[in-house]
Amino acid sequence: MSRVAYSVAAALGALAAMIGISGLLGDTWVVTVPWAVPLGGLQLSMDRLAGFFVALIGFATIPVSLYAIGYAGDDRRGALPYVGFVIAMCAVPLAANVMTFAVAWELMALASYLLVVQKATNGTATHPGAPAADGSESHDASPHAGGRHAHDAAEATGAAWTYAVMAHAGFVCLLAGMLLLSAWSGSTRFADWRDTELTPLARDAVFVLLALGFASKAGVIPLHVWLPLAHPAAPSHVSALMSGVMIKLGVYGLFRVSLEWIGPAPAWWGVAILVAGTISAVVGVLYALVEHDLKRLLAFHSIENVGIILIGLGAGVLFLESGLGTLAVLGIAAALYHTANHAAFKGLLFLGAGAVVRSTGTRNMEVMGGLVKRMPWTAAMFLLGAVAISALPPLNGFVSEWLTFQALLQSLQVPHTGIGLVFVGGMAGLALTGGLAMACFVKAFGVTFLALPRSEAARSAVEAPGWMRLGMALLAFACVALGLGPTIVVPVLGLVAGDLTGEVTPLWFGDWLRLDVPGDFASLSTFAIAIALLVAGIVPLVVLRARGLTRRRVYETWGCGRLLQTSRMQYTATAFASPFRRIFDFLYQPAHALHVEAHPESRFFVDAIRYVHETRAVAEDWLYHPLSQALHDVTERIRGVQSGSTNVYLVYILAALVLMLVLG
Amino acid sequence: MIHDLLIAAAQALAIAALAPLVVGFTRRLKARLVGRRGPSPWQPYADLRKLFAKEVVVSENASWVFRATPYVLFAVMLVAAAVVPVLVARPAPAFAGNLILVMYLFLLGTFFLALAGLDTASAFGGMGSSREVAISALAEPTVILSVFALALRSGTIDLGGIVERLGAEPRLAANPAHLLAFGAFFIVMLAETGRLPVDNPATHLELTMIHEAMVLEYSGRYLALVEWASAMKLTLFMTLLANLFLPWGLPGGLTVAAMAGGLVALVVKLAALALLLALVETSVAKLRLFRVPELLAGSFALALLSVAAVFLVR
Repeated sequence: MSRVAYSVAAALGALAAMIGISGLLGDTWVVTVPWAVPLGGLQLSMDRLAGFFVALIGFATIPVSLYAIGYAGDDRRGALPYVGFVIAMCAVPLAANVMTFAVAWELMALASYLLVVQKATNGTATHPGAPAADGSESHDASPHAGGRHAHDAAEATGAAWTYAVMAHAGFVCLLAGMLLLSAWSGSTRFADWRDTELTPLARDAVFVLLALGFASKAGVIPLHVWLPLAHPAAPSHVSALMSGVMIKLGVYGLFRVSLEWIGPAPAWWGVAILVAGTISAVVGVLYALVEHDLKRLLAFHSIENVGIILIGLGAGVLFLESGLGTLAVLGIAAALYHTANHAAFKGLLFLGAGAVVRSTGTRNMEVMGGLVKRMPWTAAMFLLGAVAISALPPLNGFVSEWLTFQALLQSLQVPHTGIGLVFVGGMAGLALTGGLAMACFVKAFGVTFLALPRSEAARSAVEAPGWMRLGMALLAFACVALGLGPTIVVPVLGLVAGDLTGEVTPLWFGDWLRLDVPGDFASLSTFAIAIALLVAGIVPLVVLRARGLTRRRVYETWGCGRLLQTSRMQYTATAFASPFRRIFDFLYQPAHALHVEAHPESRFFVDAIRYVHETRAVAEDWLYHPLSQALHDVTERIRGVQSGSTNVYLVYILAALVLMLVLG
Repeated sequence: MIHDLLIAAAQALAIAALAPLVVGFTRRLKARLVGRRGPSPWQPYADLRKLFAKEVVVSENASWVFRATPYVLFAVMLVAAAVVPVLVARPAPAFAGNLILVMYLFLLGTFFLALAGLDTASAFGGMGSSREVAISALAEPTVILSVFALALRSGTIDLGGIVERLGAEPRLAANPAHLLAFGAFFIVMLAETGRLPVDNPATHLELTMIHEAMVLEYSGRYLALVEWASAMKLTLFMTLLANLFLPWGLPGGLTVAAMAGGLVALVVKLAALALLLALVETSVAKLRLFRVPELLAGSFALALLSVAAVFLVR
């Protein structure tokens, strides 16, 4: 039954991919079903941007659904919401009026809520042969099963609750912005908004509302709080879709808002997007660095990558405002490319993390290790994804970050000094992000997969079944293809960006081998680089073999004279991240506590040591906590209105009626 | 096409051949500066030869990542040598991905080396890896900004374009902003290649070591490849410094004679930079590990000032 549902989802994904590709290549159509929803009817329309996102959702859904067949097995929970989730996501970019959009957006939020809350409803493991249904936050090697599930359930409930609140706060912003626009333009159809004359103030107000709403879905800091809670709580295939494509629909909205609905954008929108992107990128990866829950780490990286996408978009908006259309296309195409790339490698990494979690029964990296020998397939796939997300050549993450860098570096053509400095900030932030992401994935892969296993669960881990490996392999292939084939992908994205900016000149030069960015800029051929790396790596190997220099001895690791080598002697994830915690302590606000229990006779005989090291989330402490406290206080005051007496309520209704008659 | 490949190969070979000499020459200069005779500058070649012939000892905890890393590292440096303007201003366009590509190729090397450090389950390896990635991450923004300052002055972001423009108009380089960017890049070079005051290349067993701790488990031909690659990284950084900040003597033409001239000019500039490096290394003490971020922040400030200076005067 659930296998059928996931197969259906995969088929839907294939269909969406085909429809999306045709839209991406220039096919446009409109479907209207007047009776389906009130206020304007169900209306779907296809253009290049919508096509891009539908294709993205489709291509991501296929491997993830195949993986789910192996991952969820016969577990029926979540299968139907999953299919609904996929359909709702496909409908969002196609929605052509406010009502259709609202329904699709809410359906998407609702379905994903159900998937996140799934583990809270039923706490028993259902996988034969697997230690637990999915990740659990256990910090010792052999957790007590009952306690773990209770903890799991509590965690899922809390995460789902935060998610629901944030999703609806965002939705309120979106609805307010859209209704204002509808009232001012006299139409609920998105296509009519473009030609509406608005005062600058009105446009700014609408931009702020819509941008807040979309940015909260995209997980832009400081609206990200739900993301690192909800993504890890969901089953891994759902996490892959949520991180890979659902948050991209927030990005989709930002594209529409800043470039199409109420464009052309003034400079400060571009600055706001670029700065928000830079902050999200740097802070997102810094939080990921100190995170030792494998899936939460990946969730923080989603925040980082959305930041990188917004850097490209912000650069595009600023170039457009400065009248540099060609460069605007460059920035926007870079943002779109990174959107696609992130779906591929983040999907892959979440699926890999899911395989690890399924096999070890924990998400805590500190008890993993040595999995490369026990799960060689998963390890290889995860390593490929790690290389891709760290933007290392020649894989796909590198190509889109390279394009983003090109866009930023071209700011030397922007005459305005202040805006030039914003670009410089973006450049420095992006470079720092690249380095930190590399560091973080050394930790994520090195601690999880390499060296000695740190627990019994890790020691007895087994490789993922075939369906799961197939899903991962497909996404790994996508990472390689998007990395080696920018000469095919970029011109198509240039068309999408051209549609959005109104720039129609042919923009992309180069041949099948080499990507040339227009003007005197730079060129890149990842294909040539991949071949060169391969040759340069194989030549010394062959030369050494040919000369017979192949002697190798396997021996124990040098241990300074220690006799016993155990897993407790290797570096932990906490230790690995320690330099970063010290360097960036202004962000983490770390709190240390060291309790040493000494023997009563002598303080040199230590009975027990407990060391607590916590980092704090600045956004939660300084923004959300005061906000929710204030909200709580206000509601506490208003509570007096609710007396519980029917007579009083009748008076309220009467008063409201009178008030409306007077005002109306 | 064939032509491009030949130039790329020539550059890679030149860097690979020169790298041990650069290291040996710097060591010799350092020895002389502190009053020792020091080994011959050709000593690193003999070391490599000896290491290649030796047996490799691999930890029983290590996986294929540990065994593949030396080759990855070596390949990365060879390819980077083909991208950087070494002998000619404009290397083959198929390889020219400009500065960003060079930066990320180095990061690819660091990524695998740091994984190899973790792979043997040794505390030393993990310590080295953790520190190495921290320093290399913090150095990235400075690299990009200091080269961006040059790009702003020469009006192009292409490394080859910068070299040509500055070579044609030396007055562009006679500028305080240029010097600031040079200083920033020099500090980054010290950090990225594990030189004093960030890391001590001469010591093996200190708890403060970074690079040497990470590669502690390597031996035999693996160690030879890792050491050779490290020497190439140093040489490439020095070449970048030499050709970007002192871009004279680099031919625009692609004839063999012109490239030989470029090689001579490069050797002279590398010798001058090696002297500067030796002077710096003998006159400063090693910094405490957690003072290094301050040094890097200082270099970032230099680069930012350099960019700001260009913005202000244009």
